[in-house]
Amino acid sequence: METFLFFLFALMAVAGGVLTISRRNPLAGAISLVVTFLAVAGLYGLLQAPFVAVMQVLVYAGAIMVLVVFVIMLLNMPEEDLGQERISRGRLAVGLVVGVVLLTLFAVTWLPLDLSALPAAGQADPPRDFGSIRAVGALLFRSYLYPFEIVSILLLVAMIGAVLLAKRHLD
Amino acid sequence: MEVISSLILVIGRPALMWFLLLNLIPLMIWLERKGSAYIQDRIGPNRAHIGGLRLAGMVHNVADVVKLFTKEDIVPSHVSRGYYIAAPFVAMTVALMTYAVIPFADAVVIGKKSFPMQAANLSVGFLYILAIASLGVYAVVLSGWASNNKYGLLGGLRSSAQLISYEVSMGLSLIGLVMAFQTVELNDIVRGQGELLFGFLPKWGIVIQPLAFVLYLTCAFAETNRNPFDLPEGESEIVAGYHVEYSSMKFALFFMAEYVNILVQGAIVTTLFLGGWQVPWLPTAVLKRHLDVVLPLLAMGTTVILCLSFVILRRYDLANRTRWQDARRREGLWLSRLSLAGALAFLILSTVFVKWPVDSKGGWPSLVVGMDRALHLLPGGVRGAIEQLLYWKGWGGVFTALVQFSAFVTKLLLVAWLFIWVRWTLPRFRYDQLMKLGWQVMLPLALANLVVTGVVYFVQG
Repeated sequence: METFLFFLFALMAVAGGVLTISRRNPLAGAISLVVTFLAVAGLYGLLQAPFVAVMQVLVYAGAIMVLVVFVIMLLNMPEEDLGQERISRGRLAVGLVVGVVLLTLFAVTWLPLDLSALPAAGQADPPRDFGSIRAVGALLFRSYLYPFEIVSILLLVAMIGAVLLAKRHLD
Repeated sequence: MEVISSLILVIGRPALMWFLLLNLIPLMIWLERKGSAYIQDRIGPNRAHIGGLRLAGMVHNVADVVKLFTKEDIVPSHVSRGYYIAAPFVAMTVALMTYAVIPFADAVVIGKKSFPMQAANLSVGFLYILAIASLGVYAVVLSGWASNNKYGLLGGLRSSAQLISYEVSMGLSLIGLVMAFQTVELNDIVRGQGELLFGFLPKWGIVIQPLAFVLYLTCAFAETNRNPFDLPEGESEIVAGYHVEYSSMKFALFFMAEYVNILVQGAIVTTLFLGGWQVPWLPTAVLKRHLDVVLPLLAMGTTVILCLSFVILRRYDLANRTRWQDARRREGLWLSRLSLAGALAFLILSTVFVKWPVDSKGGWPSLVVGMDRALHLLPGGVRGAIEQLLYWKGWGGVFTALVQFSAFVTKLLLVAWLFIWVRWTLPRFRYDQLMKLGWQVMLPLALANLVVTGVVYFVQG
């Protein structure tokens, strides 16, 4: 069952990702991205991380993508304005080369990993509140308090910057 | 017996939730029609009938369903077909999914097993509700965009902007509750609300977080697109908004999703602020111990209500006995007989409940005359099965859960009625007022509530 669910979610995630970049219509792309996010949330759920899974849905699928879709709707581009996307030979070649290089890099970094060091399937259950809000919260606010606060300041700066840019545009 | 009972509970829990939810939709529509009628000094629907049975207009829903099913399902040629068709299903699915984590009774303990009375017992609790609810925007966005209609698009834009704005205060208003109960699991929150404050006041969310309750309720009105926040629709400006291009059952799905959303919000408000399945001053253990008092009392109460309805229906019937009768005039006769029979049944039930099932070797068979002898006439196997069923040790838990379930549904319906009441009482906002309220009043208040709660609990330790 778990294997089946894993492949289902993996397939959904990959298909959504491919559709996101291949669809010409921006809304179709955005919706495909939502599907990817939901599938990834399912994968987190399978990894015994319910809190991360729910946050994935709440933040990415439920908030960020809604804003993206909202903006696409506000712009409401007619079909003619989308333009034709043509993939030239040169671009295709560059893309292929970059893809192959990245794949080899992944293979080189991950293959030496000793897989036998990982617990086998079905063995070694995670601790009882693994991935729960309490566990994640304790990690964030005890062990990693400073990085967490620094990230939140970064987000605040980004937010103020966005407001400032939008304001200047309006004035 | 064990296998059967666990099977019933495993399949039964989600089934019960669905049954409850889908069957409350017509009740809500009826409440909306009849309630608005009485608020506006009208009579409301009272014509449609089946063999003379009108049930105070409830049969009108059947006519509605038949109409919606048999109507032509038009898919306009200018829509984006896939998204257009998907949108109402997204609306309905999202609305129904939310209910999975709502506990509708305390966990039933049978033997050594404990069955949590919710469709899915997730450790993330109400965050799941917020996550699923945040997906509801897609139904609005997709239907508005896919309709390829300027009214639809404007309605979708308005609605989604409103949903996004109020989701923020909604989530924030709940954080104070998490601080108070130290958990996000809904069943634990409800259990925490069973305690007493100052020895007499139930520690309900509305008592310890009154501001959060008001904020959440306001956001719930906005999230369900109900008056005074029903800007997505507007006959004089954008017609029906995002579902202007929908007809037949696709429209019905949006319509049903609206009522499911009200019920969902009602359930959340009940669970988080009104004590959920808690019967006030009667925690589960006490309730279970005193079932032999509670159940007969409840049965007696039902008997009294049915007797009253018999008197009322009887008078209605006598007043309507004219010579040339419309079939509808005979309704009072049948209903009065039915309520009299019901009253008798509940009277018998109340005497049965005194001895059964609390005292598991009680005198149930001897209570009804001849029951003993009748049982002995049956073949041994069948008799054994019946006796096993009668003396099953799980009945106490089941009846406790039933009482708590009724408490939950009662509160849920009261909150749902509040939605209807407000809709027909308050005028609607202008769009800029709505946005101003959301961002400049609700959000600061929610944040202030959060800070104050945090400080209070920090000082208390």
